[in-house]
Amino acid sequence: MIKFTKKGIYCIPGKFYLDPWLPVEYAIISHGHADHARWGMKHYLCHTHTKNILKHRISDDILVETLGYNEPKTINGVRVSFHPAGHIIGSAQIRLEHKGKVVVFTGDYKVKDDYITTPFESVKCHEFITESTFGLPIYKWLPEKVLQQQLHDWILQNKANNRTSVLFGYSLGKAQRIMKLVEGLDEILVHNAIYHSNNAIESSGIVLPKTTRLDGYFNKADVQNKIIIMPPGLLGSKMLTRVPNAATAICSGWMQVRGNRRWRGVDAGFAVSDHADWDGLLQAVKESEAEKVYVTHGSQATFTKYLNKIGIKAQEVITEYGDNELEAAEAKKEAIT
Amino acid sequence: MKRFSELISAIEITNKTNAKIEALVQYFTHAADKDKLWLIALFTGKRPPRPVKSSLMKQWCAELTELPEWLFLESYSTVGDLGETIALLLPQPTHHIEKSLDAWMQELIQLKSKTESEKKAYVLNAWSGLNVQERLLFNKLIGGSFRIGVSKKTLVNALAKLTNMDANQLMHSIIGNWDINSITFDELLLGTHINYDNSKPYPFCLAYALEKELNQLGDVNDWQVEYKWDGIRGQIVKRNGELFIWSRGEELVTQQFPELVEVFETWQYNFVIDGEIIAIKDSSVLLFNDLQKRLNRKNISKKLLEEVPVGFYAYDILEFENKDIREKSLVERRKKLSLIFKQNTAKNIQLSETVAVTNWNALHEIRENSRSVNSEGLMLKQKHSPYHTGRKKGDWWKWKVDPLTIDAVMIYAQKGSGRRSSKYTDYTFAVKKDDGLVTVAKAYSGLTDAEITEISRWVNKNAIEKFGPVRTVKAELVFEIAFEGIALSNRHKSGVALRFPRIKRWRKDKTINDIDTIESVKDLIYANSNNNEL
Ligand SMILES: [Zn+2]
Ligand SMILES: [Zn+2]
Repeated sequence: MIKFTKKGIYCIPGKFYLDPWLPVEYAIISHGHADHARWGMKHYLCHTHTKNILKHRISDDILVETLGYNEPKTINGVRVSFHPAGHIIGSAQIRLEHKGKVVVFTGDYKVKDDYITTPFESVKCHEFITESTFGLPIYKWLPEKVLQQQLHDWILQNKANNRTSVLFGYSLGKAQRIMKLVEGLDEILVHNAIYHSNNAIESSGIVLPKTTRLDGYFNKADVQNKIIIMPPGLLGSKMLTRVPNAATAICSGWMQVRGNRRWRGVDAGFAVSDHADWDGLLQAVKESEAEKVYVTHGSQATFTKYLNKIGIKAQEVITEYGDNELEAAEAKKEAIT
Repeated sequence: MKRFSELISAIEITNKTNAKIEALVQYFTHAADKDKLWLIALFTGKRPPRPVKSSLMKQWCAELTELPEWLFLESYSTVGDLGETIALLLPQPTHHIEKSLDAWMQELIQLKSKTESEKKAYVLNAWSGLNVQERLLFNKLIGGSFRIGVSKKTLVNALAKLTNMDANQLMHSIIGNWDINSITFDELLLGTHINYDNSKPYPFCLAYALEKELNQLGDVNDWQVEYKWDGIRGQIVKRNGELFIWSRGEELVTQQFPELVEVFETWQYNFVIDGEIIAIKDSSVLLFNDLQKRLNRKNISKKLLEEVPVGFYAYDILEFENKDIREKSLVERRKKLSLIFKQNTAKNIQLSETVAVTNWNALHEIRENSRSVNSEGLMLKQKHSPYHTGRKKGDWWKWKVDPLTIDAVMIYAQKGSGRRSSKYTDYTFAVKKDDGLVTVAKAYSGLTDAEITEISRWVNKNAIEKFGPVRTVKAELVFEIAFEGIALSNRHKSGVALRFPRIKRWRKDKTINDIDTIESVKDLIYANSNNNEL
């Protein structure tokens, strides 16, 4: 039913692509991140909450159809439905059913509830196409409550030392997650790029924690000792140097490893990730009860080898997903807007 | 351990030395006496011997996590540090243990003589009672480097800031002989166990890079010309029967060079001599890369002593028979220095030769050829100048040779350690040989963070095999490699050894067709040597 092509993951009977990276007629999109939702498709199909994000990110005049979670639609005889992926707001696993055979494409996902994204729901299938961003056993996330405590302690300590807390996270997904984690501690100021992402999300009727737009020409006194969220592209930027007494922290799964925390020259690193950790990946694979697992972007070689060793038939798939490159480009773009 | 853990977190996250010093000062202000002493011991190489082998720790971790060995190794190569890998892989703690640094260290000393099963029970209990960060520290207390960029000098600067005492004296104090059970923190700092008068060094006189034409320097006869040696600047302090070697970084490095100590101890006179510590074998200077093997080691094996013997080239004298003579002219000081070398001789310890010149023009050729003796250029010193404190323009100039360069293609990439453990930072380069390629250099410095990130991404996509720390990559990316010297070598497959290679820039404009051949690389040797015997 599925073919891995140069343009993306292709559904043969359905004649559509899943998260294609080259322009095609009909694309079903798992979520709004740049490496999964690209420009140039004639038709887009995505979750209801992703629509405005796509329009905001790609262009206002793209043709977008939407579905809610668990709301099937039949395309050329293939039954298509979306199921919560828990990755970012509007993220979906894409379930395809044709002649009794079921394939699930996860896009990106995380199995733990972050209290802002519709939580992950596991879906049984014959073939499971999973990401593997953090497919090594060193990646184990702390419970949300513990993470929240760590962030709160850090921010309160900064405040006590007369410092302004600056947290770095991608404008779509991570930023809203951070907003939720630090909600209620103090006024949250967000960079323009995050402000726009928030607007796109809220225009679908979602309520986000209250934030204030950080004007490019902010008054130092207005931000002193508060919480600022910026995209990672602004690390080392002029704007950051204007923040009085900034204490900086990156929120990313990569911060799990000490070397990465030190690499970017920030004051702290928090392993806050929107992807599944090692146990989460294994849990999702096992709960899918799939006969065959395809492993995409991340530690695909390692995770595939491990699955085969524990008796789950798995195969590596080379795709153009992978947050790094596009996120970096996106971050650069955000830094100048 | 909580305070110690906070200190390490604060230090490891920053790459600003001042922030590290501030964190250390905080620790020294609040921690218990014994804990402070342990901290100093841990960061000056005075730690007790490792009580548990790392192979056992690895084995126990594998048992607990039920992970196959290959996956453990894959994790290790991503993290780049064994103690941290274990800390990350272990299951969540079941309880919490809080003990002082001193208590942990005392227990670990006791552990050394216990049976293997007792050791295992102890370590497993500790692991299950500590969070990830504390476990990492516990593993490091057992053995291994903290790799958080705290040098002895950083530690000393923190202590100096805390006490307002002289940093060099503190350096001598903490390096000197002391036992944690029979000294207090205050006694250690006051140096009751040392005689600082005997070790006290002088600030080094430093040279600027030559920034004018030679003839603007005036009469050539007013200048002393020497080769510039690429080793470690060192000060030999010999007073009242005691001998100390200070590095330019103001660290006491006496124990690192036993062959120098052995000789100088027998020499006549009291003196303070400035010079260069170099690797020297059969009367020729070795590459700095070789000398590096000798640095910062706790124990120096007999084999290493034979492989990389160390020598000393004396440049100047600052004190003679307990009299400070820095104000005397270079000519006079040189006379005193010569006197010492007349009375004392040793094969590996020499007076730095001066180059005889009668006109400035002749110097160009000598500089160009300095590579042939493994020197990195020339030093020009005003004969009437005193020995200045620190860097002062005008009297001392360094005139280095321009580096040699070749274009080579990257064939292997390896992840860095510590700060850069997630990125591919160490590369191996090759040039053409016949129809294939041959490795010529390994280099890891010279690129920006952004370039490293870009290359890491490229490596991830273009790796030919996927497991282990070293990635063989498609021979595609071309780099300009700069180096200070080149010599024929039968220890290298290519037949050549490059001295201090580093990446000059990434040549995105070039392809593998544009790289050098091994023949064109070897041509550089002949072009840069005085004789053809090399
Ligand atoms: Zn994503
Ligand atoms: Zn992705």
